[in-house]
Amino acid sequence: MNKVGRSEIRVDAFDKATGRTKYYEDRMPAGALYIRIKHAEIAHGFVRRVDTAAAVAIPGVVKVLTCFDVPEIDFPTAGHPWSMDPGHQDVADRRLLNRHVRYWGDDVAVVIAENEVAANQGVRALKVEYEELPFVIDAQKAMEPGAPQLHERFPNNILKHTDIRKGDYQAAIQEPGLICVDKWYDTPTVQHCHIENFGCYAYEENGRIVVVSSTQIPHIIRRAVGQALGRPWADIEIIKPYIGGGFGNKQDVLYEPLCAWCTTQVGGRCVRLDCAREETFVSNRVRHAIRFHIITWLRRDGTIVARKVDCFSNQGAYASHGHSIVAKAMGSFPQHYPCDNMECDAYTVYTNRPAAGAMRGYGMPQASFADESNIEDCARAIGMDSYEFRKKNVMPRGFHDAFTGNTNYYDTYRECMAKGAAYIDFERKKKEFANDTGDIRRGIGLATFWYNTAVYPISLETSSNRMLLNLDGTVTFQCGETEIGQGADTAYAQMVAEAVGLASYRDVRVKSCQDTDITPTGLGAYASRQTYVAGFSIRQTADILREKILKYANEVTRQAVGCMDIVDGNIIRKEDGIILMSLKELAMTAQYNPVHSEHITAESTYTIRNNAFSFGCTFAEVEVDIPMCKVTLKNIVNVHDCGRLINPALAAAQVHGGMSMGIGYGLSEQLIFDEKTGKPLNGNLLDYKLSTILDHPHLEAEFIENPEPTSPFGTKALGEPPVCSCAPAIRNAILNATGVAIDHNPINPHVLFAEFSKAGLIQDDWREEEK
Amino acid sequence: MYDMKALYEALSVEDAIALRIEHPEAQIIAGGSDVLVQMREGRRAGKELISIYMIDALRGVSIDEAENLRIGSLTSFSHITRDPLIQRYCNVLGEAVDQVGSPQIRNVGTIGGNTCNGVTSADSASTLHAWEAIVELTGRGGVRRVPIKDFYIKAGTVDIKPDEIQTAILIPKASYENTCGHYIKYGLRNAMEIATLGCSVNVRLSADKQTIERCRIAYGVAGPVPMRCPSAEAVANGAKPTKALARDFARAVLDDINPRDSWRASKAFRQHIAVEMAKRALAESVKLAGGELA
Repeated sequence: MNKVGRSEIRVDAFDKATGRTKYYEDRMPAGALYIRIKHAEIAHGFVRRVDTAAAVAIPGVVKVLTCFDVPEIDFPTAGHPWSMDPGHQDVADRRLLNRHVRYWGDDVAVVIAENEVAANQGVRALKVEYEELPFVIDAQKAMEPGAPQLHERFPNNILKHTDIRKGDYQAAIQEPGLICVDKWYDTPTVQHCHIENFGCYAYEENGRIVVVSSTQIPHIIRRAVGQALGRPWADIEIIKPYIGGGFGNKQDVLYEPLCAWCTTQVGGRCVRLDCAREETFVSNRVRHAIRFHIITWLRRDGTIVARKVDCFSNQGAYASHGHSIVAKAMGSFPQHYPCDNMECDAYTVYTNRPAAGAMRGYGMPQASFADESNIEDCARAIGMDSYEFRKKNVMPRGFHDAFTGNTNYYDTYRECMAKGAAYIDFERKKKEFANDTGDIRRGIGLATFWYNTAVYPISLETSSNRMLLNLDGTVTFQCGETEIGQGADTAYAQMVAEAVGLASYRDVRVKSCQDTDITPTGLGAYASRQTYVAGFSIRQTADILREKILKYANEVTRQAVGCMDIVDGNIIRKEDGIILMSLKELAMTAQYNPVHSEHITAESTYTIRNNAFSFGCTFAEVEVDIPMCKVTLKNIVNVHDCGRLINPALAAAQVHGGMSMGIGYGLSEQLIFDEKTGKPLNGNLLDYKLSTILDHPHLEAEFIENPEPTSPFGTKALGEPPVCSCAPAIRNAILNATGVAIDHNPINPHVLFAEFSKAGLIQDDWREEEK
Repeated sequence: MYDMKALYEALSVEDAIALRIEHPEAQIIAGGSDVLVQMREGRRAGKELISIYMIDALRGVSIDEAENLRIGSLTSFSHITRDPLIQRYCNVLGEAVDQVGSPQIRNVGTIGGNTCNGVTSADSASTLHAWEAIVELTGRGGVRRVPIKDFYIKAGTVDIKPDEIQTAILIPKASYENTCGHYIKYGLRNAMEIATLGCSVNVRLSADKQTIERCRIAYGVAGPVPMRCPSAEAVANGAKPTKALARDFARAVLDDINPRDSWRASKAFRQHIAVEMAKRALAESVKLAGGELA
């Protein structure tokens, strides 16, 4: 393999750097009408009436539509593949516009206007009368008897409860002399904050509806738009151009159905729906806030005897990806630190918060924060070094999970930790920092994470693609796994060049834009699976294309198919390596042969029935200014075993981005809600503290390249893993610096002030006097 | 696309005054980094605007005939930070405004806009208070000069008459002479941030560096408008620069400031960091002035 494993320049680099790349707004037809949404200004209740008179009277306003006008169809929004089994289909619990308002920011009406100003004025002119109901924004409070109910079908607001039982927890904890570490850990609601806000436009063409959307999942969107509008799926065409990031927010059906319906209400004219940043924060999707109760029973020698884990996942107002997130989080506990006796329960609970959906890491940043905080606390409880404690307990080589079929083929965790420790000089710094006693104290912390690559066997994994031999000997490539900024197109180009036998990845023309009428069906970009799953179908289709090429070459060269190969863009004779003809010559000959003309193309679908573990760790070094309640991150390294790297430079970039997200998760990011009204208070980029370049030290990405045996290219997950272990590593570093264990993130100055006050590290005598 | 009713462009101060009289409802816009944001949010939607951004006469820093440090109201933050006169006479102001938002905002945002906005969190405001700046306003009747503490009336309201625009900010020689200061912005991140609290301290030391002849301290976000701390200043004035003094000085700010509880920060937290910031800003100011806390 020489086309993969190289830090090639991205196939889209030139266009992106020069501003030529076309995003959905750049493709907008002239004269598109503007849709603006009226968002509810109560957390829970019913819309009684919408007075549209003033809005309709505004010059430029074309149409006002309300929650009383939409089809009476409930539809699901999760970007999961369709399941033929109704029991596995996503929960359908929302309409295009909702009479039953379930969160502050719910969609109750739209104004369609000739221009943006008139549309905004129209929305401001709408008068909505509500019948207000009590609301609840905490998951555990929502489960209590008498709590406000969000959806009739789900008593006590419990969307789903699942559990894991292993061994006999109750019997195991009877063992005399065990140490018990019983703690709660809490994680916040955060938002993806991709650069390009969500937006889309729609129009009717020949009786069908075309939607161009900033989405990760065009083929899934097609189905959901059909469902929401009550139209055959085939009536819908989804086009996905380049997008400015998604991080899972765009792995959900956002406003494509509403936009598609709006075009049908204005005679098929093109309508555009562009979310503002404020709407993206509140009325798209967020990360689930999950609260964990972990009880760990230990022997003094560091053996974990039994563990009980309760997880309460705050779903917000609508099901979206629902229980899948916390199910994945819970499922990591018995594997990450295997233990014979476990009781785990996970609840997904509706509340009057914005709907939580997919977000990079899919439950694992939450689980890692809780699990790795608890592991650190356990080590402290028995006076054992936490690195040694991890080495003793973390998943061993050879661990096999029967459900997914995943095997830990290498001693990945210990290899990653050793590499990270060496980079950051862990042992020396740990000793040196232990002596800090002043106002400024340093600390170093470690966390590992569990992850897997794809969604088999929970959901369908299908990947299809098409390869077309061009007249110049290059190959045009199309697939359903989307480029969303992560660099997938470049990885595909490298893999196709490798698999077909082209001279360079530059000889692969990746059609980045997916159009569900044309592009082979795939499931889009989600989990950390694009390179992994596309690898199977790329290898398969390349084999078909190679066979066709060699068969034609046999006609021309009279050499047996089995005696030929395709290497670096030429057809060669294997035995002596002689070049018989170039792919360009072959393509021209095949196309213009007056007796046997052939357009050489191959297409295939591969059903992936494999999955792969992908593990790693973070080491973080902090400096804590105790009186100022400030943490400065001085040094941070992530180490990943994601199999063989297809493009090391892009892999490092993926890790840098994930680390940035993890740093924000650990130290600053949180969507805050007003306890009195349920209103989100900081849904904008000023008040929501996304970390900036000045909040980061150098971000070090390191890799262990143990080839993944199930993958044709030896590769596996890297998209989401980098975000998972940063926050707990930072938390543990702060603990090691100050002795203060903070069990909820983000660990911002407000939290440090409260915790340091509680621990007596800061003492404001005047506060005592005031009391 | 902004929802603005009309935009009037003033090319001179006289133009601006005439437009103010002609369109009494109109909002003045300079760099636009506050006004356009508010307009987008709907708070100023549908308003008329008078732009003064083209009046180049209001740009630049100079020493006037009375030896005041004179900063034209349209001078951008990035200009102030790089200006040699600012660096020589009031370096802390350049450092303070270098902490506004982002490089793009600092290129477009002006010190006049920052003060006329009347918000307590403005990064220039605490330093201008601590240096007893004078605000120059020009109207139909001529020039009016107002001490900055009187210019701020209440949150979001400043003393500009319907026919006036702010034309300059002056720092008198008596204020800047032989004086060094330090500003600490407390934020939850290191860029793109509005201050949770801002603290600006400056000192004038005796020739032997053994006495603080004059100490001034002002805060942003410690109350509805930026404020000086007379109790704390009284503790430091005439005192020896010692660590004990720094502690007493810092503790005394609690008699002066009045931060509030909000979802952005609790009163207790703001009080706590106010004391710590006062202590550190004093220590740094003394150091810049050539002294050292004994």
